[in-house]
Amino acid sequence: MISLTVNGKQYDVDVSPDTPLLWVIRDAIGLTGTKFGCGLQQCGACTVQLDGVAVRSCGMAVSNVGTKKVTTIEGLSPASSHPLQVAWIAEQVPQCGYCQSGQLMSAAALLAKKAKPTDAEIDAAMSGNICRCGTYQRIRRAIHRAAGA
Amino acid sequence: MTKTLTRRTFLKVSAAGGALLVGGYLPGFGETSRAEAAGVLEPNVWVRIGADDTVTIMLSQLEMGQGVMTSMPMLVAEELDVDWNKIKTEWVPADLKYGNPNFGGAQLTAGSNSVRGMWKILRQAGGTARAMLVTAAAQSWNVEESACSTEKGEVIHKASGRRLRYGALVEKAGALPVPKTVALKTPKEFHLLGQSMPRLDIPEKVNGRAVFGIDVKRPGMLVARVVKCPVFGGRVESFNAEKAKAVPGVRNVVKISSGVAVVADNYWAASKGAEALEVKWNEGPLANLSSAEILKKYAALAEQPGKVARNNGDAMAALKGGGRSFERVFEVPFLAHACMEPMNCTADVRSDRCDVWVPTQGQTASHQAAIAASGLPAKAVNIYTTYLGGGFGRRGEADFVTDAVETSKAVGKPVKVIWTREDDIQHDYYRPITYVRMWGAVDESGQPVAFMQRIVQQSLMKRLGPLPPDGIDRISVDGAATLPYDIPNVRVEYIETDPGIPYGFWRSVGASVQGFVVEAFMDELATTAGKDPYEFRRGLLSKHPRHRAVLDAVAEKSGWGKPLPAGHTRGIAVMEAFGSIVGQVAEVSVTNGAVKVHKVWVAVDTGWVINPDTIKAQMEGGTLYGLTAALKGEITIQSGRVVQHHFNDYQMIRHNEAPEVDVHVVSSTENPGGIGEPSTAVAAGALANAVAAASGKRIYKLPIRV
Repeated sequence: MISLTVNGKQYDVDVSPDTPLLWVIRDAIGLTGTKFGCGLQQCGACTVQLDGVAVRSCGMAVSNVGTKKVTTIEGLSPASSHPLQVAWIAEQVPQCGYCQSGQLMSAAALLAKKAKPTDAEIDAAMSGNICRCGTYQRIRRAIHRAAGA
Repeated sequence: MTKTLTRRTFLKVSAAGGALLVGGYLPGFGETSRAEAAGVLEPNVWVRIGADDTVTIMLSQLEMGQGVMTSMPMLVAEELDVDWNKIKTEWVPADLKYGNPNFGGAQLTAGSNSVRGMWKILRQAGGTARAMLVTAAAQSWNVEESACSTEKGEVIHKASGRRLRYGALVEKAGALPVPKTVALKTPKEFHLLGQSMPRLDIPEKVNGRAVFGIDVKRPGMLVARVVKCPVFGGRVESFNAEKAKAVPGVRNVVKISSGVAVVADNYWAASKGAEALEVKWNEGPLANLSSAEILKKYAALAEQPGKVARNNGDAMAALKGGGRSFERVFEVPFLAHACMEPMNCTADVRSDRCDVWVPTQGQTASHQAAIAASGLPAKAVNIYTTYLGGGFGRRGEADFVTDAVETSKAVGKPVKVIWTREDDIQHDYYRPITYVRMWGAVDESGQPVAFMQRIVQQSLMKRLGPLPPDGIDRISVDGAATLPYDIPNVRVEYIETDPGIPYGFWRSVGASVQGFVVEAFMDELATTAGKDPYEFRRGLLSKHPRHRAVLDAVAEKSGWGKPLPAGHTRGIAVMEAFGSIVGQVAEVSVTNGAVKVHKVWVAVDTGWVINPDTIKAQMEGGTLYGLTAALKGEITIQSGRVVQHHFNDYQMIRHNEAPEVDVHVVSSTENPGGIGEPSTAVAAGALANAVAAASGKRIYKLPIRV
């Protein structure tokens, strides 16, 4: 049994310790908002936060999570009320939507660190998250909107 | 939009005998029973109005980010004059009564054909219901129908000030004959169409609740990975499952038609099992094939004339008739689609029925694949669709359905097959590699007098059926045979061949090649003639006013001809694709061989408009899809297999490289064109021309290398 805290709730999961956090979240805990995109930390669809830092959950063995608190898209806010979620809707960001959980988790980690990020800071924080639908410019606008810029 | 609406919208999949939930995995959301037939107006398969004023609109075109989940019901709601906030939507199952006429009645979301194929049917569906409600109200009031109007779900008799809710009229309207024809509104009468309506799918795409195929769960479900032969056309000679089965959680290892399925309790166990599996492949006849060899063969084929797709004047004579003539060779590579959601499908095959949950672009193709793989009759096979994490043509295929149905059948349990990213890159149906010879000539006055193309490409039409008797693949010559420029001698030839690499429909398809080839060549004709590329094109478009208006609009918005920052250059392109006309200007700079795209302007005439913001979004995204391919995209075949594996060697444009795309919708009252693909087709053309202007070297090959 491995214990971990996800979205403020403690889970004891019976999985092999090398299981990536992504698959623990999706298969063992059953939260499917975090997506599998590549399995090699190349695309960012699996981004979650560990103690507020954006990480690729596909590349982290669950045994390495330790006591760090995991936040997934489902735990970003109650009732989809995070300023980024509100801005994402206002800017009509998602197209297919598959990468957007990861985009939001990366953006939320950025805003927690930098209240009003510059375009260069957005590039630096967000370039690990691929969007095949090409919503990048709307994501940028939404981050600025959420930052009150 | 209320949360109730969006959840219901997605989850309820109607099936014979009632409503089915996809999975049933959302807590607190139970089954909703269908309204009883009594007290419901259901004049056609698309709309159902309940006595409680509920208006339910059926969705057959599938949502992969292009906004059809919103634009399709808007078409119905416009003619029905219903309060948009009160509509509900429901996904339909695989059933040909919901087919798209642009695909011969098959249910398929492709070719930018959702609006083009469905607008008339859906507007008529709404208009028919409205007409019946008006008749019912007029009869109730004993007034002329022409004295009645409709607004936001009510029939109004203006003279007396009387109003009746649609819900109060459904019983009476339901007893009336369904009118055979109804008058549709003119674009000037639209109140909903042309407004940017918030997309219905977006709220649940910002909180993780949107359910994609990969998220489907079924009771007792296992998860499988399928190990496939790396060489196209190869097959399993033998396999040793011992090590795979030793992985905890692995339940079964079974041979299926596409390879060996490793079936486990969860994805990670299946994945480790797949890595441990030992397979001996018979690599088959393509084991020595390479992209270089394919192109060599194509070049040899292009020595001989092809089938003539278009012929005006005498291009060959004009090429010899003096002036400046030249020949160029263009090459574009195979391309993978690389949807963000890896291919997947969940199937539950029993002795008497087969249920399939799948993110697909084609319910009909998925249904047929599941029927074939399960061996069950059509009526025992049910297809439930989910959101698609990208489609781009890839999900019009059904190979992943076959994988899941065969695996479930073999193990007797519900199985979700999930492909890896490597599987996705290495087992796609690729945009075909293409070799094009081009000839052109300009006379002493700088007028182009000849334009000739010889296109060698696998036949995309053959994926749908036989070629027409003239042997011309209309998809392969899309954007070539439709050349809009006023040139006296034009000849377009097509040569079909098939080296055996799986190929298919990649966003903008044949036009994805020709948007580059034709527009890059036109640019070279312009510079050969010593003319400005915009003015040169403009002068050849007097017979195509829509093209010219789009070209003018994009030139104006981009500040064409005005000074640029040092080192920046512009390129322009225009074409018609999928019924829309798109013009683009790209602004770039090239530093030490690295291309930086600073900004792209798009002007589009797509006819009368349904949801303007969706058009903008598709132009933005479609452009980036085309730029990604032009700057980075290449699938290379070596030893009969794909060299690239992953996002590290099949790269995508990322945040730091993505230019702003500035979209201008040109006002039009023409019937609607497609919006999902046209901007992809033309992106490489504008980009290549800008890069050529920057580097002084014309671009003949993609991806662009300078």
